[in-house]
Amino acid sequence: MELRTTPTLLYLDAVSVSFDGFKALNGLSLTIAPGEMRAIIGPNGAGKTTMMDVITGKTRPDEGEVVFDGSHDLTTLDEASIAVLGIGRKFQKPTVFDSHTVEDNLRLALAGDRRARTAVAWRESAAARERIGAILDTVRLKGARQKLAGSLSHGQKQWLEIGMLLAQDPKLLLVDEPVAGMTDAETHQTAELLRTINAEKTVVVVEHDMTFVRALGVKVTVLHEGRVLAEGSIDQVSENERVVEVYLGR
Amino acid sequence: MTPRVLDPGTIAFLIILAVAAIGVPLLNLATQDSSALHVPTYLMALFGKYVCFALLALSIDLIWGFCGILSLGHGAFFALGGYAMGMYLMRQIGGRGVYGNPLLPDFMVFLNWKELPLAWWGLSSFPYAVLMVLLVPGLLALVFGWFAFRSRVTGVHFSIITQAMTFALLLAFFRNDFGFGGNNGLTDFKDILGFNVQADTTRAALFAISCVALALGYVVCRVLVSSKFGMVLIAIRDAESRARFLGYRVESYKLAVFTISACMAGVAGALYVPQVGIINPGEFSPANSIEAVIWVAVGGRGTLVGAVAGAILVNYAKTTFTSGPLAPYWLFLLGGLFVGVTLWLPRGIFGTIAHWRAFRRSRLAEADASDASASAKPLAAE
Repeated sequence: MELRTTPTLLYLDAVSVSFDGFKALNGLSLTIAPGEMRAIIGPNGAGKTTMMDVITGKTRPDEGEVVFDGSHDLTTLDEASIAVLGIGRKFQKPTVFDSHTVEDNLRLALAGDRRARTAVAWRESAAARERIGAILDTVRLKGARQKLAGSLSHGQKQWLEIGMLLAQDPKLLLVDEPVAGMTDAETHQTAELLRTINAEKTVVVVEHDMTFVRALGVKVTVLHEGRVLAEGSIDQVSENERVVEVYLGR
Repeated sequence: MTPRVLDPGTIAFLIILAVAAIGVPLLNLATQDSSALHVPTYLMALFGKYVCFALLALSIDLIWGFCGILSLGHGAFFALGGYAMGMYLMRQIGGRGVYGNPLLPDFMVFLNWKELPLAWWGLSSFPYAVLMVLLVPGLLALVFGWFAFRSRVTGVHFSIITQAMTFALLLAFFRNDFGFGGNNGLTDFKDILGFNVQADTTRAALFAISCVALALGYVVCRVLVSSKFGMVLIAIRDAESRARFLGYRVESYKLAVFTISACMAGVAGALYVPQVGIINPGEFSPANSIEAVIWVAVGGRGTLVGAVAGAILVNYAKTTFTSGPLAPYWLFLLGGLFVGVTLWLPRGIFGTIAHWRAFRRSRLAEADASDASASAKPLAAE
């Protein structure tokens, strides 16, 4: 791995999580540099989603270190604090607020005061309105602004959720299977969208779809049985014998 | 965008309520008994009871309809508010009780108690009683909710522990040595703030005050749900984990709205007790809380006005049926009503109306949009 002068944005060291004896993560170590886009692949049960759960505070690791931005120990924080620190997460199944309009979904995601006691007196600023407009452009949902999120198509919901992540203005975006269930055209557009986002933010993408990963053209980490099996460009890892073995079965 | 607090529906509702608050007492006090317009006192008391139930329904709709918290123990907060008021009314009896003890209520004399238990301290003061009406349900909700929401107890599990809570209180209040009148509860009230609770004028005032309380409760709910606070509540209802990963501390929002709702239920109970003249542990019965949830489901949850209408409609039906030959079948009817609404009218009466209106609006908007694009095309061609 190449040495960087900048400190890593996300640092996982020897992280282990077990559920009833099953080791979902088994000494996983991973570093993500600021500004990087990383694709994470691996067969079912490799620990991809558990890794996301650990980073976002949903699951506490049994052992190991998880450090964000050089100074925040994520193993001691809950989901809300981690989100406010600057980690956004997109779920595998698109999860948006169905009975709110597209615009209101973004409004709720927009970075700002999250406290219950100030929410009653909250008023929207002009800057916030502008920002919502800009995000609607980025995720190509300008026309659906006033639509209820529940009435969007599957692909549009995925984009809305990505838009919500952008509105949150995180330093790091964790994106879980963004193109699952998308058409080829939508997949292509999503790859483009993630590259645009990567111009400003660090992105970690978990994905099954190899064409999509290839289209992203970034460094790939292969997980297997809760640890890193291989790391490198897509061509390097797909030539790796162990990776081929894991994917095709022994 | 967040909706306005005073939308046309709210204004209409408040006007109806104002007309009732002035009209019903007027028709009771200012008309002759023989007049066709006369509202008999028993009917005014009955309406007053409905209004209190409507406020209870409103408090349930606030948490269930907007935040997805289904409390099957909200009757407990209602009863606690009722007990606080009942204790004040007991202290007002003073030396006029059967045993003529100036300090102790009759049941305490009967149990051979020598002094007033600590819990009864200060309740001869009306302002203190009002404070307790808000504080006791509010504190219970705060503590109960703090444990439940912090441990992320949601959905049916939460509903079950609220049932357990109200059942535990029912058992406790049934005990004589608990100090709240045991099985018989509190009754034989004489005065409230020096006015005879039986007098028509007092009853008229209580009715009007109940209407004002319902109006205030309604406005409080509207303010909450039309703010960003309300947007977050709906977000939590729709996708709790998404709200959490966006950085909202879900448990704080739930705790806040649950506590506000419990205080509202307490006020409803406090206004109910002087109008019906009794409070006993039966009010804690789990069935009461479930019935209140049915009112909201029938009216339409998440609509506020539906909760009020549902409470009044179902209770009016209950009064009608339980006083006629169909009386033994009332519970079957109520059960049937709930099953029927769940199957054929899952949004409730007002929820269905709101849905239809939203549907029509979106159809019109789409028609407008296609008109606009149709007229835009020739322009682009030029």
